[in-house]
Amino acid sequence: MMMFVKTKVLAVLAFMLLAMPAVAEIKIQEVTSPGGIKAWLVENHDIPFAALSIRFTGGTSLDAPGKRGAVNLMTALIEEGAGDLDSQGFAAARDALAAEFNFDSDEDGVGVSAKFLTENRDKAMDLLHQALVKPRFDAAAVERVRGQVLQNIVSNAKDPAAIGGDILRKAAFGDHPYGTVGDGTEVSVKALTRADILDAYHGALARDRIYVAAAGDISATDLGVLLDKLLGDLPAKGAAQPADVALTVKGGVIQQDFPGPQTAISFYQAGIKFADKDYFAATILNEILGGNGFSSRLMDQVREQRGLTYGIDTGLAAYDHAEILQGSLDTANEKAGEAIKVIKDVWADVAKNGVTQKELDDTKTYLTGAYPLRFDGNGRIASILVGMQTLGLPSDYPAVRNAKVEAVTLEDVNRVAKSLLTPDKLTFIVVGDAVGVKSE
Amino acid sequence: MRPDFGFKMWCRTALALVVMAGTAVADTVSTFKLDNGMDVVVIEDHRAPVVVHMVWYKIGAADESPGHSGIAHFLEHLMFQGTKEVAPGDLSKIVAAQGGSDNAFTTQDYTAYFQRVAADRLDLVMKLESDRMHNLNLTEKDVDTERQVILDERNERTDSDPGALLTEQMSAAQYLNHPYGIPVIGWRHEMEKLSRQDALDFYQANYAPNNAILIVAGDVKPDDVLALAKKYYGPIPPSDKIHPRVRPTEPPQLAERRLVLSDPRVPQPYVVRSYLAPERNPGDQKEAAALTMLAQLLGGSRATSVLARALEFDQKLATYTSVSYDGVSMDPTTFALVAVPADGVSLGDLETAMDAVVAKFLKDGVDADEFARIKAQVRADQVYGRDNTQGLAHRYGMALASGLTVQDVQDWPDALQAVTPDEVMAEAKKVLDRHHAVTGWLTAEEAAQ
Repeated sequence: MMMFVKTKVLAVLAFMLLAMPAVAEIKIQEVTSPGGIKAWLVENHDIPFAALSIRFTGGTSLDAPGKRGAVNLMTALIEEGAGDLDSQGFAAARDALAAEFNFDSDEDGVGVSAKFLTENRDKAMDLLHQALVKPRFDAAAVERVRGQVLQNIVSNAKDPAAIGGDILRKAAFGDHPYGTVGDGTEVSVKALTRADILDAYHGALARDRIYVAAAGDISATDLGVLLDKLLGDLPAKGAAQPADVALTVKGGVIQQDFPGPQTAISFYQAGIKFADKDYFAATILNEILGGNGFSSRLMDQVREQRGLTYGIDTGLAAYDHAEILQGSLDTANEKAGEAIKVIKDVWADVAKNGVTQKELDDTKTYLTGAYPLRFDGNGRIASILVGMQTLGLPSDYPAVRNAKVEAVTLEDVNRVAKSLLTPDKLTFIVVGDAVGVKSE
Repeated sequence: MRPDFGFKMWCRTALALVVMAGTAVADTVSTFKLDNGMDVVVIEDHRAPVVVHMVWYKIGAADESPGHSGIAHFLEHLMFQGTKEVAPGDLSKIVAAQGGSDNAFTTQDYTAYFQRVAADRLDLVMKLESDRMHNLNLTEKDVDTERQVILDERNERTDSDPGALLTEQMSAAQYLNHPYGIPVIGWRHEMEKLSRQDALDFYQANYAPNNAILIVAGDVKPDDVLALAKKYYGPIPPSDKIHPRVRPTEPPQLAERRLVLSDPRVPQPYVVRSYLAPERNPGDQKEAAALTMLAQLLGGSRATSVLARALEFDQKLATYTSVSYDGVSMDPTTFALVAVPADGVSLGDLETAMDAVVAKFLKDGVDADEFARIKAQVRADQVYGRDNTQGLAHRYGMALASGLTVQDVQDWPDALQAVTPDEVMAEAKKVLDRHHAVTGWLTAEEAAQ
């Protein structure tokens, strides 16, 4: 039809011009502020804004006994008024600068992220500084946000996936803070006082537990100055970190009735530490089992072959104090029994017979090809850089990470499959009116 | 929206290089048209060696024939069932094997397929996508299995979620005649009957280069993309069965409709008010721009918007309020308010208070400070938006597949900046009229009203 010869030449040229070692693109600078605060930076001046990501380790697991939900509520209140500004005054000041701040908490940390235009950098950081060091925790704000948190808790009590999450946490982690949800319960959240919230604040936000990264339109020098102003006057020390916990894995099924046509199923067994020499082999194993959506064994057997679900996935979670391998799916009530059987069969088959060389090769191509695609925009880059620091990785990790994946052999994966996968200990949490499935 | 109005304007020449106006915004957009009628848009972003490849078909659920609800979405699923060259499910596997990701989505107005891969793999994904544009291979068995998957999807996303069911019922009540009243996923009894032949008929009529838009965004050069597009999409013949997208239109709406959905599974009751509202039209986005600003004023900020200020902060009757409006639509869309009651507040009292707040706003007018803050944020969005190439590609795709032009997309930020408080109030008075509204209550209680 048109210019086929030329097209081919162009296509080849395009390939040659564009094929480049993608990961080498990510140049991470290690920055130390004049005041001694360390941060990682990926500098890029194409777009006139920067993203900042901060993580204080500890998170909701720092809740004092009987004060479940304090860190979560405190985090939600940080930007509800600071210094001279009440809730609405703070929001108006932030919006007038078109800055974006986010505060969140999980079982291992409190996260703060910010995006700000270069032209508004100083004012935006002054405002964020106020929130971090002078949060007001006004009574009106506490009650309003407490009401929102309580509604979340009530909603989750009617969400089969959330109910399943509660049962799984309790079964796996018992009395450790990981054993209950960080939001707290209706009773514990109602009982929290302003003093509890202040205690949570002083325990969670301190310089002895801080990781920082920035990406975008800011120089290393400017970042150093910014960090001292933003974080320099936070307290030096916070609350003691929680202890590690051994996972409880009994196998069998824990079933709870719930009305509706669908059943939510989750399942778990022991995981593997990030520092373990077999972590990369386990990552590849998980990808083949259920990590990579459409290509996985479970997706093939449960969805493609039998139409038992819309989606199923598994993941290796390495928390700061425990490791777990878990998965989840939703299925029609009458198909829950068959879905559980298929999952167990896949688990046993992979543990016994391992994976194929082709699956390993495909997964390596996937993992190494997907890695550079993660570094997608300033916000994502800043967040990844903080994650790398919390795992204790070196700043040149992006350049060597793919080689670590490539170094994994079929023997490695199949050895890990045998030792890691425990089909007898795979524990199912079933929430819904699943036909023929009962606790055992 | 008047269909097919815009494309002729920007596709007459082989290469039209458009650079967005304004100092902060410099994304480079090039447009082409292939001889077989396929539109091509290239968005350059050379910061990372990544490319997003999308094909948008100008066919959606609102274009389905009566009795076949869900066929557009069902076909979207079936498009992964392979061709003569590619086995069922393999397209996603091939893309995943390259480290990429892929997906597809269906709305009332369009069906889109996309892949995100390293920039040097564009050739591969274009080959795969162009192959399934005209070589889809469907067996009865694959169709039967996939029908069960979409029924499960309906179970999971709609039937298990009272909020989704209320939304579905409200849309059905909102549109007296227009097919937007029929859910994209389909009504279950019609989904159960969708056949292989139904899917093939829909595919053969509508999946063709002259009904599609190719969008490639990322670390690519426009000439290289055009060459690849000519190689892979160029040889595919156009369809002569594409109908103009003229759908049944709404008669005057004379009476408010009210619905109560009671379901013991409801975790959190709420009240929604949805008004019929105009959409963005090619070359004419003024009303939609004013409505977009109105939505921000009424419900944009969680702290300082009109609804949050009155219902959450001052009267403490609600724990959450928001307003939604999206002007990208072929035909008239909705402008919706939602409020979640505080503990012990009835839906009736909350609705009365919400209406009083709206009435007061219609009397008092626009708060100048809030208006200025919203404009600052709209301006900043242009900077932040450039950080997300896929989002940018999506923005162009949605607009073009809904009948807007590249020019409309690029004029939109200026259209928002140009909105005056008077225009907002004129639009508010016109749209916030309960004669063409649907009010929905979601509650766990029986006989709530």
